[in-house]
Amino acid sequence: MPDLRANTGGIRSPNPFWLASAPPTNSGPQIMRAFDAGWGGAVWKTLGQPIQNVSSRFGAIPFGGKNGVGFNNIELITDRPLESNFREMAEVKRRYPNHALIASLMVETREEWKEIIKRSEDAGADGLELNFGCPHGMCERGMGSAVGQEPAVNERITSWAKEFATVPVLVKLTPNVGDIVPHGLAAQRGGADGVSLINTIKSIIGVDLDTMLPRPTVGTKSSNGGYCGVAVRPIALHMAAALARDSRFNLPISGIGGVANWQHAVEFLLLGSSSVQVCTEVMLRGYRIVEDMIEGLEGYMRQHGVETLDGLIGRSVPAYSDWGELDLNHEIVAKIDASKCIGCQLCVVACHDGAHQCIHPNPDGSLRVPFVDESECVGCNLCQIVCPVPDCITMERVDNGFAPATWNQHLTEGATLRPKKGSH
Amino acid sequence: MRPLALNRTELAFADGKPPYTHLQAVTEANRCLYCSDAPCIKACPTSINIPEFIRKIATENLAGSARTIFDSNILGHSCARVCPVEVLCVGDCVYNHMGVPPIQIGKLQRYATDRAAEAGPLPYVAGPDTGKSVGLVGGGPASLAAAHRLRRFGHAVTIYDKRPLLGGLNVTGVAPYKMPAADGASEVERVLAIGGIQVELGVSVPDDLSWADLLARHDAVFIGFGLGPDSRLQVAGEALPGVFGAVDWIEQMKLGAVPVAGLRRAVVVGGGNTAMDAVRELAGLGVAHVSLVYRGDEAGMSGYRHEWEAAKKLGVRGVFRMQPVGFVDAGGEAVAGLRCVALGPDKKPLSDDEHVIPADLVLLAIGQGKLGALVAGLDGVEVAGGRVVADAAGRTGHPRVFVGGDCKNGGKEVVNAVADGRDAAIAIHTLLTEGGR
Repeated sequence: MPDLRANTGGIRSPNPFWLASAPPTNSGPQIMRAFDAGWGGAVWKTLGQPIQNVSSRFGAIPFGGKNGVGFNNIELITDRPLESNFREMAEVKRRYPNHALIASLMVETREEWKEIIKRSEDAGADGLELNFGCPHGMCERGMGSAVGQEPAVNERITSWAKEFATVPVLVKLTPNVGDIVPHGLAAQRGGADGVSLINTIKSIIGVDLDTMLPRPTVGTKSSNGGYCGVAVRPIALHMAAALARDSRFNLPISGIGGVANWQHAVEFLLLGSSSVQVCTEVMLRGYRIVEDMIEGLEGYMRQHGVETLDGLIGRSVPAYSDWGELDLNHEIVAKIDASKCIGCQLCVVACHDGAHQCIHPNPDGSLRVPFVDESECVGCNLCQIVCPVPDCITMERVDNGFAPATWNQHLTEGATLRPKKGSH
Repeated sequence: MRPLALNRTELAFADGKPPYTHLQAVTEANRCLYCSDAPCIKACPTSINIPEFIRKIATENLAGSARTIFDSNILGHSCARVCPVEVLCVGDCVYNHMGVPPIQIGKLQRYATDRAAEAGPLPYVAGPDTGKSVGLVGGGPASLAAAHRLRRFGHAVTIYDKRPLLGGLNVTGVAPYKMPAADGASEVERVLAIGGIQVELGVSVPDDLSWADLLARHDAVFIGFGLGPDSRLQVAGEALPGVFGAVDWIEQMKLGAVPVAGLRRAVVVGGGNTAMDAVRELAGLGVAHVSLVYRGDEAGMSGYRHEWEAAKKLGVRGVFRMQPVGFVDAGGEAVAGLRCVALGPDKKPLSDDEHVIPADLVLLAIGQGKLGALVAGLDGVEVAGGRVVADAAGRTGHPRVFVGGDCKNGGKEVVNAVADGRDAAIAIHTLLTEGGR
């Protein structure tokens, strides 16, 4: 049986699946139900000074008949009294001593940080997560992403937290920056035990075409919100991996952003995260999704002969390279398996209009299997992506006789590149 | 168990609902809305967590998908094939309220359980030995489900069946276009693979082994022996060659060869689901003229509407408000027809005029004898309407005797028998651990 126990910067949990700080972690009863369902950890909905929320708060993008491929919110931090939160936190920790319970925090002054950290630790929090990421509302008050976007401020507040804390401190980073690496390094300089990313992306989810008001609509106005859901996963994977592969950065990562099932979680692990946090899919489908996540991860680990998460964490990082280090002489062309082709011609139109005009209707008008002009095929994959039949179009290696050569080698060593295709 | 014959007539049938390919299954699974508190679960007598197993197909967690099914229903493989999903889970899919085709839950369940059957043993191990023992009478779905659950609890179990094979109607009675006998038999093997299920075949209770002996051997007894033989019309000529009970004929057709080549006209008497199966099977075997004769109106038949519609598509003719009163004898060697009188709306004969429906095969699907009388020797066990009286968990008036399946419910689906057996096993476990002998 694979061992799913996880450790992110000293915060231990029975599995790597945590609930992100968000509506699903708004209260003790919720978190206890989540732990009963199988979640290994939970980051409590951010605690701070009293706020007031608006109605409505959420917007979503539908796709394929289901709502929520992309999601955004303009909800602020907890609007419940701190006393209630800390009382419930202590109760959860008492009943679930082996689960990871992390307090997400967002306050302003040094004294406020000192006090809220003490109260969190007194309530039994296993770790703290500094919310330097919220891109709506709180940032207008100088908190959240306003902190995360300024490395010096990030470093200063992180060092305050480390001064006051006895439990591990994670810094939650905002993706609303040009390059994530300086911000991860700032947290590291501040003494953080790990980082979690990404928080949500500044966004307007859409406009109501009847009222012409942006969504989510509060009376006659709207505001930019935080974008999340499966659509943001590629952005999150990149930012997590950008830190994981940077030789100067050596903190553990809790990956967040668009995790809806076990396969998505494995992607984060392979790109260097040691735990993953989930919110949107739980908001849409409930805590119950974790059963499949646990089973799916266990099955994947068995399939790959991996006994602990350490056997997965970061395994894909070495393959994440700069573009200039890719082999320009690596040549592939599209092959269509005529026995699988259903004759939809989607590859033909995609190649003609969106790629390099090398896939054509079958010259024999009575046949529907398209013809690939391999001498023109640039190996871009677009046909494979639009093909509705798995394994019908494969990208096959062509041995062109050229030794591997990267752009950087071409520039510095004069390495020979193969002739270009599809560029006449 | 002995191997099945290779000349089984049932092998002439193709799969009525061909299995999904992987792509078909994933595509259908992705359509599921993953309802919470889902109506499909409530419609399932074994309460399988259907949205969860479907989600796991979509995420390619096939082992988990099968486990979700088998946790609730250890015979989930056959139920996927034989359940009347049209009136159970699929019938209650919320898509029906949207004018959208409902999720094909049966086919998805078959996909998940087929893959599990290929992958190896089911993920269950027997519990630590409790030192307690349970005897199960009858080897059909109810007893198999009960035996498996009892083994998970760690109790010793022995199944007694008067037949030479296990599986009950799942092997001998399921319409072959739904599931051939071999698939029912292989499912039995997967259930037995938990280990420790003793099987005594060819033992009839109470003839070969008395209730008293059974109760002396075991701490608790589960009765799951189903229904009795086909009921008869009790009219002249019924013993003629060519007149069979429908359940009996279906069993012959599933386990061996029945002569069908020379048949031109077949009549099935009855309006229940056995009659529906029989007419569809006869039509499917190439009998040119198949008629169903029923005493009441077409709308009054107890058989499922979708089954009768399927039969009509095969050319089966319905003859309603007809009461068989005798058989036409073709020189004493075989049946040549069925003599009937027409009935009025009150089911009284309209006149003495007899109609003859020509037939060279007549199957009687007018019910099965209830076996309740066989339990007459058991103190406290009562029989009402031919059924053994019990509570929802299968507890009878005898503190150590439990019952489930057709002999308790009068004749329902495989899935009802599985639920009965599973729930009785839990009640037996409670008895054995909190106050046994």
